[in-house]
Amino acid sequence: MGPRLPLMLKDAGLTAFVAAALGIFIVGFRTVDQGGGKGLGFDYHLVDLAVAVFVIFIGRLGLSMAANGLRWPAIVLGVAMMAAGASPMKLPSGFLHWFVALGGVLLVIRAIWPWANDAMGVAARTPSGVALGKAGVKWFGWLLLAAAVLMPFTPFADQKTMDLGVLILTYVMLGWGLNIVVGLAGLLDLGYVAFYAVGAYAYALLSTQYGLGFWTVLPLAGMMAALFGIVLGFPVLRLRGDYLAIVTLGFGEIIRLVLLNWFDLTNGPAGIGSIPGPTLFGAVFAETPPPGKQTVSEMLGIAFDGNHRLIFLYYIILGLALITNLFTQRMRRLPVGRAWEALREDETACQALGINPTNTKLTAFAIGAMFAGFAGSFFAAKQRFISPESFVFIESAIILAIVVLGGMGSQIGVVLAAVLLIGLPEWFRDLGNYRMLAFGLAMVLIMVFKPRGLISHREPSIRLHPAGSGGGG
Amino acid sequence: MTAPPSAGPLIEVEHLTMRFGGLVAIDDVSFTARSQAITAVIGPNGAGKTTVFNCITGFYKPTIGRLTLRSAGGEFLLERMRGHEIGQKARVARTFQNIRLFSGMTVLENLMVAQHNKLMRASGWSLLGLVGAASFQRAEAASVELARLWLERIGLLADADRPAGELPYGAQRRLEIARAMCTEPVLLCLDEPAAGLNPRESAELNQLLISIRDRDRMGVLLIEHDMSVVMNISDHIVVLDYGRKIAEGAPLAVRNDPAVIRAYLGTDEEALDA
Repeated sequence: MGPRLPLMLKDAGLTAFVAAALGIFIVGFRTVDQGGGKGLGFDYHLVDLAVAVFVIFIGRLGLSMAANGLRWPAIVLGVAMMAAGASPMKLPSGFLHWFVALGGVLLVIRAIWPWANDAMGVAARTPSGVALGKAGVKWFGWLLLAAAVLMPFTPFADQKTMDLGVLILTYVMLGWGLNIVVGLAGLLDLGYVAFYAVGAYAYALLSTQYGLGFWTVLPLAGMMAALFGIVLGFPVLRLRGDYLAIVTLGFGEIIRLVLLNWFDLTNGPAGIGSIPGPTLFGAVFAETPPPGKQTVSEMLGIAFDGNHRLIFLYYIILGLALITNLFTQRMRRLPVGRAWEALREDETACQALGINPTNTKLTAFAIGAMFAGFAGSFFAAKQRFISPESFVFIESAIILAIVVLGGMGSQIGVVLAAVLLIGLPEWFRDLGNYRMLAFGLAMVLIMVFKPRGLISHREPSIRLHPAGSGGGG
Repeated sequence: MTAPPSAGPLIEVEHLTMRFGGLVAIDDVSFTARSQAITAVIGPNGAGKTTVFNCITGFYKPTIGRLTLRSAGGEFLLERMRGHEIGQKARVARTFQNIRLFSGMTVLENLMVAQHNKLMRASGWSLLGLVGAASFQRAEAASVELARLWLERIGLLADADRPAGELPYGAQRRLEIARAMCTEPVLLCLDEPAAGLNPRESAELNQLLISIRDRDRMGVLLIEHDMSVVMNISDHIVVLDYGRKIAEGAPLAVRNDPAVIRAYLGTDEEALDA
């Protein structure tokens, strides 16, 4: 440790100096309007800068310690930073608390990464470790499911958490739907949100214009979205790779622009409001019943509580998402599912084996679109107001990011990625504008450490030898 | 080697011509291949062998010419069929010069994908399969059985659940042939199956191809550079050079044909020039 410490200190000092030189103009002072005709003046934030530079010095020192094998000092530094960030100590801004704490977390992760990596590497080479890993993925899924089912009955289930739960589950469902198209069939679809919009508008229009209920429209919305998928897919699915991505991107925008401009049908940018929510056996969720209807609290003889509606919505989307998952799992084991995966691997070989590539792609596209349609009509029923604003390209991009980060084709991976990409930005709302920074950082970290997605293990759709018995090596 | 029992022509290639812009890749080539026989197409590099294959298997549409396949399933004009229909209806299977397995999928899955059309019908276009109908499960079990049979024949039974991309090169070549055979074809087209194999693997391949001809009573069309494979197992050889057919016949006759020797070794004038 002796001779290297001065070098590390020097390195950390240099880094801190660079940070200070850059930060003095960005963080150090800002121009403010002094008011009263005195023009602009400087507002100094030198304490912020000093704290940030000090944190960077400590962090860099910790990183070089970890890189040089001095794990324990690095971990101690990291834990100290986390403690400083979480402590009630008065730092100049809330962001600095987060900055210090997250820096500490990263440092600790960096310090224990080689250990964890070695341990995982060793585990992956022993048969029992492999079996444990597989069982872990399997049981992890069931644990997640149990947690999801029981969530509304836990003490955390306040309105904010339930709202977030519904949001995450919506994206889980969309991710599972898109996983069929992108993960299994390998068709890069950048306009997935178009089918989500079709489902949402189908329910919004059919319920407000024709008075149809949620449960009647749900299958119709799915079929309509699937129809759109086929109509779009037929001409474009002969394109491959990047070309398909561009065309689907364009299609997504076209749908949004049509919704925006077809004023007579969609009410344009003003959107469609007062969309009825889903009913429970014909009863509505409201404090006072509309004429001729019954409220759920009356039907069940319980006191009205605004949360009931939310819990109901939560279970609907949980159910829809699980149906999507079960359907996909089942399809994967059928000939068509295997053909999807084969198409992803090699389209030319598929054609030589007599598989009709266009039809096979169309089924994947239509089924993916159908689930987006279901999710869309749920979204309309939950929001009770929709406008083209909700169906912009960034939504497609987020859903695609969920699929890719989750590990193409992995169902559990989609759940993890949805929690990460949707949940974290919501939980970290305190970070203000910096949360997008944290979002980007999380994506970069996943790409660096897990380039094939969070879960890259692929379970064969059929086995000749039962799992766990010899054979493979 | 005794010639197998003869049958009528399985595939008849008549006046096949393929032009890419100004380049004539194949120029008026005609030949036939019989069922239960191995027909080899040989020739120097760039002679147009793979182009002939691509026309037969529907990857190219020939500029001129007729490709007639006659089997128990009926008569098919291959040049008029869409790419995948040639595999699906006319039952022509092929392998590729650079192996094209579904490398992320397991060995068994590769063989199951090959039986796609049969299984799609059995699964009622997925509807019966979704509800887990017994008829579909029986069909699937039968397909697994066929796959197991082929895995035994190519010696990969123990590797059935490994990703195909993890197999050694020679095994991947054999698996691709097995995958083509699992489509239950009437004509098997092999594009340089011995490329990159060592002599032992090459000899095993010969045995496999002979058994496909004699046991499965299949017509095999073969492109090959490895003369030990071509001369040992072919019943009939077609020689192409610069897109034209320069010789055709039994192995011994072709080997001694002056035109063939000239194409492979160069003419005397060229030898003098060099």
